[in-house]
Amino acid sequence: MTLVIEQLLNGLQLGVTLFLLAAGLTLVFGIMGVINLAHGSLYMVGAYGAALAAAKTGSFWLALPAGLAAAAIIGVAIELLVIRRLYARDHLYQVLATFGLILFFNGFIAWQVGRAPLLMDAPPALSGFIEIIPGVPYPAYRFAVMGVGLAVAGLLWFVITRTRLGMLIRAGSTHREMVSALGVDIARLYTLVFGLGALLAGLAGIMVGPIRSVQVGMGEQVLIMTFVVIVVGGIGSIRGAFVGALLIGMCDTLGRAFAPGLLKLYLTGSIADGLAAAFSSVLIYLVMAVVLVIRPRGLFPVGA
Amino acid sequence: MGRMSLSRVLTAVIALALIALPLVASLYGSTYAITLATRVLIYGMVAVSLDLILGYGGMVSFGHAAYFGLGGYVTAMLAFHLAEGEPIFGFAGTNEALVAWPLAMLVSGLAALAFGALSLRTSGAYFIMITLAFAQMLYYVFVALKYYGGDDGLAMATRNRFAGARMVDPQTFYFICLALLGAVMVLVARLTGSRFGMVLAGAKASERRMAALGYSVTRYRLVAFVIAGMIAGLAGALWANQARFVSPDMMAWTKSGEFMVMVILGGLSSIVGPVVGAAAFILIESTISGLTEHWQVVFGPIVVAIALFAPHGLWGLARGKPGKGEGA
Repeated sequence: MTLVIEQLLNGLQLGVTLFLLAAGLTLVFGIMGVINLAHGSLYMVGAYGAALAAAKTGSFWLALPAGLAAAAIIGVAIELLVIRRLYARDHLYQVLATFGLILFFNGFIAWQVGRAPLLMDAPPALSGFIEIIPGVPYPAYRFAVMGVGLAVAGLLWFVITRTRLGMLIRAGSTHREMVSALGVDIARLYTLVFGLGALLAGLAGIMVGPIRSVQVGMGEQVLIMTFVVIVVGGIGSIRGAFVGALLIGMCDTLGRAFAPGLLKLYLTGSIADGLAAAFSSVLIYLVMAVVLVIRPRGLFPVGA
Repeated sequence: MGRMSLSRVLTAVIALALIALPLVASLYGSTYAITLATRVLIYGMVAVSLDLILGYGGMVSFGHAAYFGLGGYVTAMLAFHLAEGEPIFGFAGTNEALVAWPLAMLVSGLAALAFGALSLRTSGAYFIMITLAFAQMLYYVFVALKYYGGDDGLAMATRNRFAGARMVDPQTFYFICLALLGAVMVLVARLTGSRFGMVLAGAKASERRMAALGYSVTRYRLVAFVIAGMIAGLAGALWANQARFVSPDMMAWTKSGEFMVMVILGGLSSIVGPVVGAAAFILIESTISGLTEHWQVVFGPIVVAIALFAPHGLWGLARGKPGKGEGA
């Protein structure tokens, strides 16, 4: 039972991390119509910014703003240099250009920092275990990650539904020309939204740093999971991103933890081991396939 | 007349160069050039197949490496089962190309049918992400299959036999690849010029119009998707023979991205363009990686520049106009 609760918490924590990434990706797509593969690179940049700063200063609390700044600055820079030229273009060229950006960032970090994974420590105040649920000690840092993720989700909801910026974001996603005709500087709005997405991706990368190792290619692994999340949730929908992220985070974590054991009740031998490992790693894609069959535009379709 | 004949002349020059290349290379005793050229032919075949759906069909599949890798795995697995003496699904395995390669095409085609049927329920950005996700799923399946080497991949002890004859000689294998590439290019050219190709191009321009004319657009697209998957599967089988090795990297998302770069670098919707693109890609890649280990730092910005400034590719430049099915 302890194990089940622990895995549920792990699933929630992965889900929250995925949400931070999915929110940015889905906002950028919903508003600017750009499919940005380099979103995973911003996650990586955030993680590296923080890990390098932590190694220099020894303080997580200095590393956090350093990572956020790195992700946001790089995000704004690629919006101004590359993404901006892609708004009116076919998805094909957006995919190609952002694929080139991924190659560049992976190559650049491998060149400048090296291929060896970096390790990053959780801040001392959060390095212990706490028992919120009696009998289940759980790392305090992971609780903090969940707390931050949920707080950001709440903040994002508030910004989008209750503020002027949120109103512009919502209007910009459905009535681009009208918003611009009313005198809003669309180009600046786009840069702002892209920077916001980069900031969220960077935050996700920084928070994952002390849990997993920081390494080249970490962005793409999580990027593809994020795609699954927003396809399941409905592209462009923040609510869909939230529900999808939790669903996929849970499925992946619980699948990896329990599917092999369950399958072995029915199958035996080395083939069963291979099959179980394969099954638990493809579970989220099967979930996506089922959602697609039932609701081709995701759980929370936008503009339907 | 002038420009049309220019592209014909160029095509003829390329064809002659490809035929003469191994003969010239063997004069200098260079097998490396033949190996490199064989890779160009195989990647070119994948690029031509991807162009059928990407350029002519307007379907941005970001998972084309899956069918390439699957074809390679089928070939290597059949040889593995023959060597290890363990039957698979009651079949002893084979080392005969005339059996293994069609089987590779069949399996890749079936995978394309399943993934395509699901992916084509959607369009646009959904389609891109879903094709990518399914390819990644297949990638993880092969990473998990420790029996077939998992992450480390699976080696082939020898190349397949072709109708009983050995293909050890690099020249022989090169000409087999060249002949198959030629056949694939003729097939795709015929397909895109046929009524089938017209429906496909029409659906790219306006899906609603084709539906109003009574065509089941999805069915046409699915057929094109499956044909492209089968050709990629054949190319995978050739690659397994060329490298005598397969690994999950063959179906990694980066491979899919590279195939896409080849098609666009060469020129969309132009049959010859993707082969030119594959050649240019391999030349650029091997040149830069000869200079620096961190070739991605140079190659990444090149890819960005192609996407931003050269949407019609090299073939488009040579021909002085965009391809037939080309549109923003």
